[in-house]
Amino acid sequence: MPKVTIDGVSIEVEAGTTILNAARKIGGDLVPPAMCYYSKLKGSGGKCRVCLVEISKGSEANPNPMPKLQASCCTPIADGMEVKNMTSQKVQDMRKGVVEFLLINHPLDCPICDQAGECDLQNLGFDYGAQTTRYQEGRRTFDKIDIGDKIQLHMTRCILCYRCTYVADQLTPHRDHGVLNRGDASEISTYISHAIDNDFSGNMIDVCPVGALTDKTFRFKSRVWFLKPYRAHRQCSHEKCNGQVDLWMFGNDVYRVTARKDEYHEVESFICNECRFDHKNKADWTIEGPRKLEKWSVINQGKYMKRTAEVNIDTEKALLLGRDQDRKRISMVAPEEAKKK
Amino acid sequence: MGRKILTEHINVPGIQGYDAYRQHGGYRSVEKALKMAPNDIVEEVKKSGLRGRGGAGFPTGMKWSFIDKKSGRPRHLVCNADESEPGTFKDRYMMEKIPHLLVEGMITSSIALEANLSYIYIRGEYMWVYRILERAINEAYAKGWLGKNIQGSGYDLDLYVTCGAGAYICGEETALIESLEGKRGNPRIKPPFPAVVGLYGNPTVVNNVETIMDIPWIVMNGGEEFAKIGIGKSTGTKLISASGHIRKPGVYEIDLSISVEEFVMSDEYLGGMYSDRPLKACVPGGSSVPILPAELLFKTAKGEQRMMTYESMSDGGFATGSMIGSGGFIVYDDTTCVVRNTWNFARFYHHESCGQCSPCREGTGWMEKILYRLENGYGTQEDIDLLWDIQRKIEGNTICPLGDAAAWPVAAAIRHFRHEFEYHVRYPEKIKDRKHFEYEPWEKVKHLMGSKEAVAV
Ligand SMILES: Cc1cc2nc3c(=O)[nH]c(=O)nc-3n(C[C@H](O)[C@H](O)[C@H](O)COP(=O)(O)O)c2cc1C
Ligand code: SF4
Ligand code: SF4
Ligand code: FES
Repeated sequence: MPKVTIDGVSIEVEAGTTILNAARKIGGDLVPPAMCYYSKLKGSGGKCRVCLVEISKGSEANPNPMPKLQASCCTPIADGMEVKNMTSQKVQDMRKGVVEFLLINHPLDCPICDQAGECDLQNLGFDYGAQTTRYQEGRRTFDKIDIGDKIQLHMTRCILCYRCTYVADQLTPHRDHGVLNRGDASEISTYISHAIDNDFSGNMIDVCPVGALTDKTFRFKSRVWFLKPYRAHRQCSHEKCNGQVDLWMFGNDVYRVTARKDEYHEVESFICNECRFDHKNKADWTIEGPRKLEKWSVINQGKYMKRTAEVNIDTEKALLLGRDQDRKRISMVAPEEAKKK
Repeated sequence: MGRKILTEHINVPGIQGYDAYRQHGGYRSVEKALKMAPNDIVEEVKKSGLRGRGGAGFPTGMKWSFIDKKSGRPRHLVCNADESEPGTFKDRYMMEKIPHLLVEGMITSSIALEANLSYIYIRGEYMWVYRILERAINEAYAKGWLGKNIQGSGYDLDLYVTCGAGAYICGEETALIESLEGKRGNPRIKPPFPAVVGLYGNPTVVNNVETIMDIPWIVMNGGEEFAKIGIGKSTGTKLISASGHIRKPGVYEIDLSISVEEFVMSDEYLGGMYSDRPLKACVPGGSSVPILPAELLFKTAKGEQRMMTYESMSDGGFATGSMIGSGGFIVYDDTTCVVRNTWNFARFYHHESCGQCSPCREGTGWMEKILYRLENGYGTQEDIDLLWDIQRKIEGNTICPLGDAAAWPVAAAIRHFRHEFEYHVRYPEKIKDRKHFEYEPWEKVKHLMGSKEAVAV
């Protein structure tokens, strides 16, 4: 099998594997970020350019380095290839540039965005973003369009990764939405504000890396980090859905249902709209246990991992306590009242 | 007088129609090609050294030999008539004047590639040219040059002309293929290249109009004859669309062996500068290529004479050279504001980006906005550096070369004309009127900027 070396770590993978997937096999910090590639969606990738890497040696047969940075999500490996990601200054520099491009027209309304806390753009901004912006002009806005009663579209937050269009193409019987216009006026839209209505449309919410597509049944209900995700399943009658989900709970209340995601925030198996939107009742589900979270996840708040051993649904008390502590720290007293005191 | 390969019969009355065209030797290359082995035609084109006239200058024979003939899948030839590069209008001129030459070239080239279904993709704005081509194709069908069993040879070919909807990006070959398939014109990610997976998943060759029009002559006269014209690897003749501040704008067919100076100054070609003003700069190959200041146009940085060839034009790399590109030769005199010109180009690329990849989608708009600020006297010194940084982060990091094409003109303008950008920053009241350089050309205001000459970055 061909061998590829990424940031000094070698691995043998099948011919035809992309650099990104080879890096994911190795795992750890050397995995390039990906905003548009989605392993479960055919044809995705190549668009956002955050996964650019430097190829310092093309292959054993042709050891010349490639002059341009390559998108790791759609460049296949070759035997003897040497790739630099975190160790390449050029890659880091260009990635900063790409993140800056993604952010110049982004509204940065994280405080009111339901995606905050599980947003790939936030993560990317944390790693590669600048403290200040060099962009002085007005940010781009779009006319609001309604795409149905389940999904909320915030076009201003969209990074045009095209993932949602691939979901519509590959999971649903017909596609109601797509990209209209071109250049920086491109927008995700249904043709003439036509509602998206089919059994699998809800998966668009899960694949969207940012808060451009959010769940209307969950909108503004809670910040994700106040909820605890549990693995759960139910007997689903839809033939393409296996009913395996994550329940996001506060105490005994189910706030939202999402598909299960892996460490690269990709959905493991897509779920139907019935599971996602219509079963917000704990009794409908068999709970398997808490979901494991990455240790740096804000949902974790540095506490949750310790508890994974015991399954405790009655977390309300602990959570409320945590909230109370936060409240004291942040001090939510209005300025006038503070003066009175 | 240079050789005339494409434009020899262009002024013959009635050459738009079949009869006159046939009388002047039309369709003879098809007769000859039908008797040749397809791979011999490819060899002939290889020998000719013909390079793609669409912009990139990739050797056509080599491109043809990459086409996958083994898989047994149907093959297609697609002619790229989406000419939308600002400054380029040669294809339109040729298709309007002598449409049968394109049809003949398409048939001959399809024989070489063993394609039975070929397309001409023309931009939507050329609607009348579309009709001219339709008529020519219908005539060719009627005379038995297209359709089943062409001239009794057993070879079938169908040729269609399809209209785009007005997007520059559909000139990029994979976007063109997507558009031809009826999809949104987004460039594809390469590899796979069209020679392997192209139109409808079949092996496909995409060639420029001018490239295809060269083929009949090469088949008739042999590749070696073609290679005798020109210098080194720049063989044959090339159509140049000349515009700007010159006496005689228009389309010229030149041997790839004359000097730039001769081309601009001689009466045979451009006839010198319009109203004898001094030359300031030139964009030699369409809006995407770097702008060259006057001192680097006739002579390379090494002091050699610059020739109208692929190699000589790009001598010195992007630091002191440019590209012959698609042959859109735009000449500027000293009344031109380079900042305004750069803004205008940036506006074009902003408008034409397909919006797939982030650097191009966001970066082109950002550059346009900064250039607009600079042009209107609201810019700062930092803006110039910011502009440089943005173009650097677009170039080479995108899916298709439109990102590069947007970055290069900005980079070259800053590289060679930084002093003019700085002038715009420091004297906003002087540049308020867009004709400021007409009243006071750079030479008159240069002293304001101190002794500092242009600083290369
Ligand atoms: C943004 C962009 C626009 C292009 N526009 C055109 C065009 O209008 N006409 C053309 O012939 N080639 C155009 N090209 C070049 C084509 O991609 C392709 O290289 C060319 O058609 C190949 O033909 P050739 O080998 O005969 O030059 C464009 C390329 C890019 C990246
Ligand atoms: S809405 Fe979300 S998933 Fe769809 S293109 Fe925009 S960012 Fe991607
Ligand atoms: S470089 Fe620009 S035009 Fe080309 S694919 Fe990317 S966004 Fe589209
Ligand atoms: S993940 Fe590779 S380009 Fe977006």
